[in-house]
Amino acid sequence: MKNAIGHELSPELMKSLGLELHETAEKKDTATLHERLEHNGKLMPSLEDAIRAAGLKDGMTISFHHHFRDGDYVLNNVVATISKMGYKDITVASSSLSNAHGPLVQYIKDGTVTALQSSGCRGKLADAISKCEVELKKPVIFRSHGGRAAAIANGSLHIDIAFLGVASCDALGNASGTNAEGESMCGSLGYARVDARYADKVVLLTERLAAYPNLPASIPATDVDYVVKVDAIGDSSKISSGATRYTKNPRDLMIAETAAKAIMASGYFKDGFSIQTGSGGAALAVTRFIEGEMGEKGITADFALGGITSQIVKLHEQGLVKKVLDVQGFDGEAARSIRDNANHVEIDGNQYASPFNEGSAIHQLDVVILSALEIDTQFNVNVLTGSDGIIRGAIGGHPDTAACAALTVIVSPLIRGRIPCVVDHVGCLITEGSVCDVLVTDVGIAVNPNRPEVEERLRAAGLNVKTIQQLRDEAYAVVGKPDALEFGDKVVAVVTDPKGKALDVIYNVKA
Amino acid sequence: MELLKAGMAGTVESGDILVEVEKTGASGVEIALDSTVMGLYGRRIREVIEQTVAECGVSGVKVTASDKGALDCTIRARVKTAILRACDSSDYGWTVK
Amino acid sequence: MHEKQRLRRTMMFIPGNNPGMMRDAHIYGSDSLMFDLEDSVSMAEKDAARMLVYNALKTIDYGTTELVVRINPLDTPYGRADIEAMVCAGAHVLRMPKTERAEDIIECEKVIEEMEIKHGIPVGTTLMMAAIEGALGVINAYAIATASKRLIGIALGAEDFCANMKCQRTLSGAELQLARQTIVLAARAAGIDALDTVYSDVNNEEQLLYEARLIKDLGFDGKSVINPRQIAPVHSVFNPTQKDIDKAKKIVAAIKEAEARGSGVISLNGKMVDKPVVIRAQRVIELALVSGIITKEEVESL
Repeated sequence: MKNAIGHELSPELMKSLGLELHETAEKKDTATLHERLEHNGKLMPSLEDAIRAAGLKDGMTISFHHHFRDGDYVLNNVVATISKMGYKDITVASSSLSNAHGPLVQYIKDGTVTALQSSGCRGKLADAISKCEVELKKPVIFRSHGGRAAAIANGSLHIDIAFLGVASCDALGNASGTNAEGESMCGSLGYARVDARYADKVVLLTERLAAYPNLPASIPATDVDYVVKVDAIGDSSKISSGATRYTKNPRDLMIAETAAKAIMASGYFKDGFSIQTGSGGAALAVTRFIEGEMGEKGITADFALGGITSQIVKLHEQGLVKKVLDVQGFDGEAARSIRDNANHVEIDGNQYASPFNEGSAIHQLDVVILSALEIDTQFNVNVLTGSDGIIRGAIGGHPDTAACAALTVIVSPLIRGRIPCVVDHVGCLITEGSVCDVLVTDVGIAVNPNRPEVEERLRAAGLNVKTIQQLRDEAYAVVGKPDALEFGDKVVAVVTDPKGKALDVIYNVKA
Repeated sequence: MELLKAGMAGTVESGDILVEVEKTGASGVEIALDSTVMGLYGRRIREVIEQTVAECGVSGVKVTASDKGALDCTIRARVKTAILRACDSSDYGWTVK
Repeated sequence: MHEKQRLRRTMMFIPGNNPGMMRDAHIYGSDSLMFDLEDSVSMAEKDAARMLVYNALKTIDYGTTELVVRINPLDTPYGRADIEAMVCAGAHVLRMPKTERAEDIIECEKVIEEMEIKHGIPVGTTLMMAAIEGALGVINAYAIATASKRLIGIALGAEDFCANMKCQRTLSGAELQLARQTIVLAARAAGIDALDTVYSDVNNEEQLLYEARLIKDLGFDGKSVINPRQIAPVHSVFNPTQKDIDKAKKIVAAIKEAEARGSGVISLNGKMVDKPVVIRAQRVIELALVSGIITKEEVESL
């Protein structure tokens, strides 16, 4: 075989190198940029066309991101369309599921969706799963954010098609969560970037087709197969709801203030430290109470990590936090700051929390503050199931960060309503007690016995340190010792650890 | 005491319990309970309601309660208030602990 | 007998028919809690609130917090039952609303005494405080403040006072100036506490701080609050400054030194320290201790 200039490229040579012989293109495309953009092969006229083009088949796994939290429209929209098109037996692997996803119940009932993987689940869908009102082919698999990213990267969670809502993208798929105004601006697309990179096919949904090149991009066009313009992808005003809102609750504020004092006394509050505040009013409010001390003592943080709020942005803009590593925005301020501040950097789920690579940011974390639905006397934490045994939360980055941070601080009220939060045994194991160092409640602090040096420092600072058994006793003294919940005998969900190994099971509740 | 009519006390606010008592033909106490903490404290709530009704010295009562995580002391207060209202009584029975 | 003299920087108001707020209202650290059976409870719910507060006080462990109950006036159908219930429940202090004359206090004291005897409680156990909420009450402030040995303090109720005075509350507090000064003067003359009215805009911390500083300067012992978020700002005003504490520490050390010498004369830097200065220094140290600025060990090591 000869090439265009007569050089011999023998079949034996090709075979031995595993190469194919070059073929000359028939005619190059001489259209202008704008003509090309109108006729490119990626921009699909409708979602149905994109689904067909991406080659969806019965039995496949599709994925979504949850950057819009309760304001997400994409998942419901795509699943409804898939159902209408007659597909069956689909696995939905979303980075999380929220109160917005109640409509999934009907698509599980009609057989469109037969399996779920997620970080969490809430509302009508979670109720239906816990009460066995819907039948899935297998239990839901719950993964942490780091665990999901790692599972996608190592192939144990294979995504056939990712459907990702983006605030803006050009016709070729350069997509951003921040380069837009208004409702669709969700900020970091950190979790979505992992799906975009590893899914077999990637379909972007956007309400704003931007001019090419829509850069800097969260998701590069080279990771994208199809682009569809839709009317709306989400309502970003619902991102900042409940767990991520700026709290005025006096109990949360008191817990946050105590947690801040504990951190400042812990030995980890030093110039150049790193910090993450998890979702939940008290956890997010901690920064408000260390801010003054940072300024006074000339302490700056090298980086703040995680779900990012306006409070972290404020510290950054005051020069108290050098870099912000943002995998997920918790409010509009975070989205704005990524766009405007060069040192507010968007990172993906693996950069954030891969358990397998020492280079992920959680491995460099000094202090993390995390919420809990309940914590037991072994310091085990549950953030997924409620006091009634029903799924109503999300694992998030809880076990990822707790396991890696040098100081893991859990914040929780002692009691919610009549529900004790410090108990003999948690209802579901999400984060092992061995990595939870300090519990801060509204009536005192408990330190894990495996961190005696931290306990000593907190006591020396005059903080109200008790044993965790004391805290449990105080809770039971007010609300009474609870009876054990009764469960059914069907496993409705399995909880995995960050490395993807099974950690716990969740049974159905008796209706 | 004798129930003259139906009596109601409490609210549906968090931490409270809405209690309604009414006369039944039969003897004893019949309880219809709905609670946000049924699994953990349903048994205990029924126990407190029964105790309080007994302490008031009434029987042949149906208690319908909608609980939003009330503590025992709140349950006692609401049940007793509902019964006193149903009996048109001001026999509060204040005692020193 | 409950403690008559104690720190009363903040008294947090809890509506008497709201069990959700009663569970652990003490954890926010107000010096006193005031359960209200009066204005925050509708007529139809007076019986329910009374029963609720009675059960809460008998059951819930509020630690060392002072427990005050605002009862309905005796000239309403609820006053007597309120007193009997709260005396039995072990309320530390009964707060009499709308006090206008010494007789109001004397009448209430009679009922309290009657109930203490009826239930076998040592006479005098239940303390009282009087809220002055009108012009007549202000004029009679000293007579009210000295009407009973049970009284721990008198308080200003500004909303009713302003209604009575046909004026509005203002940011400067000019409309309350005379009432406040009269009350604090009467309280001091009677040797009891003077307690200021609430500031009801929970989100305006700046104005709360202004009012707290104003009444502290006038000599008040504390202020009523309606939300846990108001506690820390008011305490911050009443808490001594580091400069005050450093000075007080030196004086306390000098007292100890004089005691060690067996001398009654306390001197610091070659100058004799007067009695009022000693008392003020001891109060500063006590405040600093309670507010956690200094530790017990620090005081003992002086």
